[in-house]
Amino acid sequence: MRFASHRDVARAFERGVRRAGLPIAYSAGFTPHPKISYAGGAPTGVASEAEYLSLALTVRQAETQVCLRLNAALPDGIDVIDVTEAGGDGSRPAGSGSASAGGFGHLEASGWRMVLPGVAPEVARRAVAGFLARTEAPVERLTDKGVRRLDARAAVVEMTVLDETAEPGSEDCAILRMVVLHTAPAVRPEDIVTALREQDGIAPSSPPMITRLAQGQRAQLTGQALLAGKGAS
Amino acid sequence: MPVESVYPALEPLLPSVRKPIQYVGGEVGSVVKDWDSADVRWALCYPDAYEVGLPNQGIQILYEVLNERDGVLAERTYTVWPDLEALMREHDVPQFTLEAHRPVAAFDVLGFSFAAELGYTNMLTVLDLAGIPIFSSERGECHPLVIAGGHAAFNPEPVADFLDAVVLGDGEQAVLAITEVIREWKREGCPGGRDGLLLRLAPFVYIPRFYDVSYHADGKISKVVPNRQGVPATVSKHTLMDLDAWPYPRQPIVPVAETVHERYSVEIFRGCTRGCRFCQAGMITRPVRERSITTIGQMVADGIAASGFNEVGLLSLSSADHSEINEIAVDLADCYEDSKVGLSLPSTRVDAFNVTLADELSRNGRRSGLTFAPEGGSERLRKVINKMVTEEDLIRTVTTAYASGWRQVKLYFMCGLPTETDEDVQAIGQLARKVIAAGREAAGRRDIRCTVSIGGFVPKPHTPFQWAAQCAPEVVDARLRALGGALRADRAYAKSIGYRYHGGQDGIIEGLLSRGDRRVSGVILAAWKEGARFDGWSEHFSFERWQRSAEQALAGDPVDLAWYTTRERDYSEVLPWDHLDAGLDRDWLWQDWQDSIAPEGAGEVEDCRWTPCYECGACSSMGTEIQVGPTGQRLDGRRLLPVIGGR
Repeated sequence: MRFASHRDVARAFERGVRRAGLPIAYSAGFTPHPKISYAGGAPTGVASEAEYLSLALTVRQAETQVCLRLNAALPDGIDVIDVTEAGGDGSRPAGSGSASAGGFGHLEASGWRMVLPGVAPEVARRAVAGFLARTEAPVERLTDKGVRRLDARAAVVEMTVLDETAEPGSEDCAILRMVVLHTAPAVRPEDIVTALREQDGIAPSSPPMITRLAQGQRAQLTGQALLAGKGAS
Repeated sequence: MPVESVYPALEPLLPSVRKPIQYVGGEVGSVVKDWDSADVRWALCYPDAYEVGLPNQGIQILYEVLNERDGVLAERTYTVWPDLEALMREHDVPQFTLEAHRPVAAFDVLGFSFAAELGYTNMLTVLDLAGIPIFSSERGECHPLVIAGGHAAFNPEPVADFLDAVVLGDGEQAVLAITEVIREWKREGCPGGRDGLLLRLAPFVYIPRFYDVSYHADGKISKVVPNRQGVPATVSKHTLMDLDAWPYPRQPIVPVAETVHERYSVEIFRGCTRGCRFCQAGMITRPVRERSITTIGQMVADGIAASGFNEVGLLSLSSADHSEINEIAVDLADCYEDSKVGLSLPSTRVDAFNVTLADELSRNGRRSGLTFAPEGGSERLRKVINKMVTEEDLIRTVTTAYASGWRQVKLYFMCGLPTETDEDVQAIGQLARKVIAAGREAAGRRDIRCTVSIGGFVPKPHTPFQWAAQCAPEVVDARLRALGGALRADRAYAKSIGYRYHGGQDGIIEGLLSRGDRRVSGVILAAWKEGARFDGWSEHFSFERWQRSAEQALAGDPVDLAWYTTRERDYSEVLPWDHLDAGLDRDWLWQDWQDSIAPEGAGEVEDCRWTPCYECGACSSMGTEIQVGPTGQRLDGRRLLPVIGGR
């Protein structure tokens, strides 16, 4: 699903919900839409192990049943990890909640893993040190509406180079792990790659492989919490 | 021996191309089989972009028919856009299938489905990227058999040099028969090599290289004859009888990427005998074979449950002609009233009954637009094309539509039809104004709209107009300009009438590819070498490039672009497709052509579903018969409805 756009994923998910036979609620009006809302989807070209969405059903269902039925119906590459019933206002009920999840309002940052093909770890370490030492890292991104200017540095809370390398025996492949705040306008991982390339002298031999590892509160993501996270494909 | 996936080489290229998801596969409904579990392996190609090719019914049906069989494997491949093509060439990544990203060259068969002629250059891109020699004559035993089917394949001569074999007509049984022949031939150790296999196929599949074409000094074909023993003088089309026994697609492929038709489609009947003289589909798919209401109901229920689509299309060449269409519409609308599943009838004729059907199918939806195709602006011209719609019919139909809440009516016409005059095209404008006037009165409001959409007429093989001169592009363009001027000039109506058209030049290239012979292959190759890709897309199509390529490739021949297109043929001329039998009697086609252009006014041909057989030849020569209802059955919603909305 790494190459699917947010709209593609949403369409695939809605069809999966219908195949699963879940009693999904629809909006009113001439063209009713299933009531599913998505929180800050990962950009196209980026893999993710941590997306959040909420859906409204017309009949109460057991959480485990919803999870099982969705997983049986969804295409390969979209897996439902956990289902939790929300409060009446769509928020999570008080007193529950695992470490990584939260109501959508609390998804204030993402943890990312970034594989940089053709970049030696020591080169990446120097670039990361340079990046973190900056007070700002202005970059430009070409969008449909024209050139957008962003400060890539401001959103980055943490950035380290892992000791492991991607594939033993293959070319140099530095792996970065970082925590990036959900700002408006959003700073995407690709913006950070742009900054590292243009200002800190890294030169990946092919486009980086980027994976979102987690979303949540800043404090839950920083420090050692994510280093224990599993590797991404 | 297992075949390696090219995905590791492809994946690094994908971040740099537009809409990369279209190259990833993994769709619900797609099938990945173990390579070694199959002894006959098909790569099925729709030679256009994924977004157009994926919803194609033909490919989806054959994909399922083949994959249901043990020992047979079928995967899909589509034409990649030029951005990925350039990267694949740069990084040596071959044409791949979507299921397991296997290289296309590793398969036993590469099958192309040609719905339209403008996909021919895309076929060359696929062959070249696959590493398969473009010319059939240069392929060896190790290369896949390159087969074509689909409506355009009823005259495959312009691409005959690139194809090893061509299937005429319905593919369901033909692909299985071909599979058996290949399996036997491989099991016996491939006796006779590639030609040995082609000889075994020749009795029921057209093998272009087994026929020699000779020409007269003036450029006309002298004769087409088999060049070896055991090859039939003419090759016949395949006709599938009993559609209820072949209820495909059952497991529709559900794309993640966005495509042009996001719906589950069920073909409610195949064939059409309305007898519109311009319509190749209606001529080559005879006779009419209906699917029963109960099979349709079950296919819809299963198709929705398997796919999760929330729209269903009831497909055919003229869907309202099904003998039980009213029952189908009412019962399906009953079944799905509460389930947010939309129903549509994409192909309808000018008839107030159709509006009633559309009302039924849109019970809880928005009534935005209805489309009708009178095709000709004047009643005289509609008689020429045997589209028996009076002005009264049309006004009555649109009045019903506007009165029952439809706000927009779209009308399709053609320009450049045989015997057409400037006045016939101007009549389209007068008709549109009458439609608006009647609509304003019926709806009691002024904000209704009518869109006039016009395409250039292209004469097609196996139709009564196969002998006709295609109208010169300058004439088509002048008539379309004059009509546009007239529509804009009338201030009382100008704002209510939309106007869309294709210019005459696009149609000339389609005309060249439709009625061309083997000499046209040089034009296609030259255009492709000059960069022709995705010719069905106006932003990629270049008339000038084709014109240059035609001049260059035909320089040594006594023929040119005009010879193939704007020249009328006579009875005695050998047409490039005369040795390919669509079942239609050549003399019947000629008589129908003469009737259409008779000076005293065109003769009418009735529909043989309701009048006695008029011996067009389709049934008698192919041993087939009309299969229509009514069956008297009804759909029971409680039994059919997939459980959506509560369990």
